[in-house]
Amino acid sequence: MSDFQAIIVGSGCAGAVAAYELARDGKETLVVERGNSNGAKNMTGGRLYSPALEAIFPDFRDEAPLERRISHERLSFLTADACTTIDFSSAALLQNGQDSYSVLRAPFDAWLSSKAEAAGAEYINGIAVEELLKDGERVIGIKAGDDEISADVVVLADGCNSLLTESAVGYHRPGPQTLAAGIKQIIALDEQTVSDRTGNRAGEGTAWLFVGDATKGHTGGGFIYSNRESISVGLVATLSDLARSPYSLCQMLEDFKAHPTVEPLLAGGTVVEHSGHMVPEGGLKMMPDLTGDGVLLAGESAMICVNLGYRVRGMDYALAAGMHAGRAAAAALDAGDTSRAGLAGYQTALEASFVLQDMRQFQRFPHFLESTPRLFREYPEFARDAFNRLFVVDGQPDQPLTKSLKPLVKSLGYGTLFRDLRKGLKSL
Amino acid sequence: MNKAVEQDGPGGIASDLLQNTVNVDEYLAQNRYSVDEENAHIELVANPDPAEFAKLVRVCPAGLYRQDADGNLSFDYAGCLECGSCRIVCGDTIIAKWSNPGPTMGVEYRYG
Ligand SMILES: Cc1cc2nc3c(=O)[nH]c(=O)nc-3n(C[C@H](O)[C@H](O)[C@H](O)COP(=O)(O)OP(=O)(O)OC[C@H]3O[C@@H](n4cnc5c(N)ncnc54)[C@H](O)[C@@H]3O)c2cc1C
Ligand code: SF4
Repeated sequence: MSDFQAIIVGSGCAGAVAAYELARDGKETLVVERGNSNGAKNMTGGRLYSPALEAIFPDFRDEAPLERRISHERLSFLTADACTTIDFSSAALLQNGQDSYSVLRAPFDAWLSSKAEAAGAEYINGIAVEELLKDGERVIGIKAGDDEISADVVVLADGCNSLLTESAVGYHRPGPQTLAAGIKQIIALDEQTVSDRTGNRAGEGTAWLFVGDATKGHTGGGFIYSNRESISVGLVATLSDLARSPYSLCQMLEDFKAHPTVEPLLAGGTVVEHSGHMVPEGGLKMMPDLTGDGVLLAGESAMICVNLGYRVRGMDYALAAGMHAGRAAAAALDAGDTSRAGLAGYQTALEASFVLQDMRQFQRFPHFLESTPRLFREYPEFARDAFNRLFVVDGQPDQPLTKSLKPLVKSLGYGTLFRDLRKGLKSL
Repeated sequence: MNKAVEQDGPGGIASDLLQNTVNVDEYLAQNRYSVDEENAHIELVANPDPAEFAKLVRVCPAGLYRQDADGNLSFDYAGCLECGSCRIVCGDTIIAKWSNPGPTMGVEYRYG
């Protein structure tokens, strides 16, 4: 007899939902979360797409601690001295079923885990699982501090810095070209000021991504999300490229905050938190096996995350993966077979869902980013120069636009431009 | 707590950082931490290769890997955000140990 039917390691997006599904199904479920409270160790950029959450908690709009409903999308190409922005708002963004929200993880994860607890999951907080207990190849439980606790099935939902996936499924530590460092600050401002500065109605918000000078021309990008009474501002930068940069990540953020486009948004606000977390961005190729004997990987422990520059998704994938992991584990427990073969339903369910279909769809994107450094310097500069020609009046006779743009395109190279565009489109 | 770990001499590799003037400590002071004074959850090898150390100066979101004007290298785990970036970048070279902080210890986000 095992101590529990299921043990979940980690109570982020994936873990809390896996625990909820198992407990709801009547399974004796234990969650071990290293944070003293659920969410205390977690940060994100900020925007959660709702469909995955709605599938699990249809009443989330009334219950969950959501910051703002995102009604404005902005994408900017940044140079040190200019900013070219696509600003998009649409009623379609606000419709139920297509809505997305800025969130803060400490309150959000606390709410999510309260659902698992209410369904009957037990929690141990403030201690990290240090080791998996194994019987040969099979995972049979966990070790945390002096406690050894056994279970028929273990769900690893311990995020992208998992120290356990090696023992679980033989996954080796991924390389610095497949992960990015994330850094973020929360800038407190009053609610009305946030609305005014981001141009939003009450309760609505902006998701704003930046390519180019935010990371000083290095692979990555900047982000701004408006919360109810604060603005999240941060960067994501690929570790391998960042490690060679003449600027530190902290300095990049400092300079990004001082950029003429960003500074007025944050003026007078106070930094109330400074956080860091990694982002997996190696795509499908870097994913470990999703199952082993007695064990399932859900969320970022399986490196499930897609960063497209204009869209970052990991939370909704983690919620969906947690749901499928919990349900597949429950079915395997019912069938009395939690071997790798018995847990295979998880892989099948994820393949059929948007989670692995998206990972597959965007599998070429990481290579596109890596092989197109021009995205982060030359193209933002091109946008600046082109719009300078359009908007700047300097008292000289005007040139026809085609004539003044020609040297710009030429300096990039027609062939390069065409190839990059084609590669980019093909990877999306 | 700031321990000098290596003499690298002025002009060491980490010092070619451009205008690295940000005062991260001021920001970290806004965070809530329970610092485990007894146990370091991250340890470096005895004489870390300055070129590897220089990578960590760049990637650590808490700016905990530092080189002063005289080229002295130092690392202080107390402000760690537990992101794992140093483990990924230098896990095979100068990071001798990377573990989660002990029970109830480490950073505690109030926003996240
Ligand atoms: C800067 C940044 C910006 C992002 N922006 C977005 C965005 O806008 N939208 C989006 O959808 N996604 C975004 N993401 C990605 C998203 O945050 C993640 O994909 C998501 O949080 C993954 O959820 P998870 O449950 O798999 O892992 P996590 O949320 O990391 O949860 C893992 C949990 O496991 C716990 N844990 C870890 N190890 C142990 C252990 N040994 N024992 C016990 N507990 C343990 C942790 O404390 C944590 O609670 C962003 C990420 C970053 C870093
Ligand atoms: S884990 Fe992250 S915050 Fe902590 S020392 Fe390493 S890089 Fe810095």
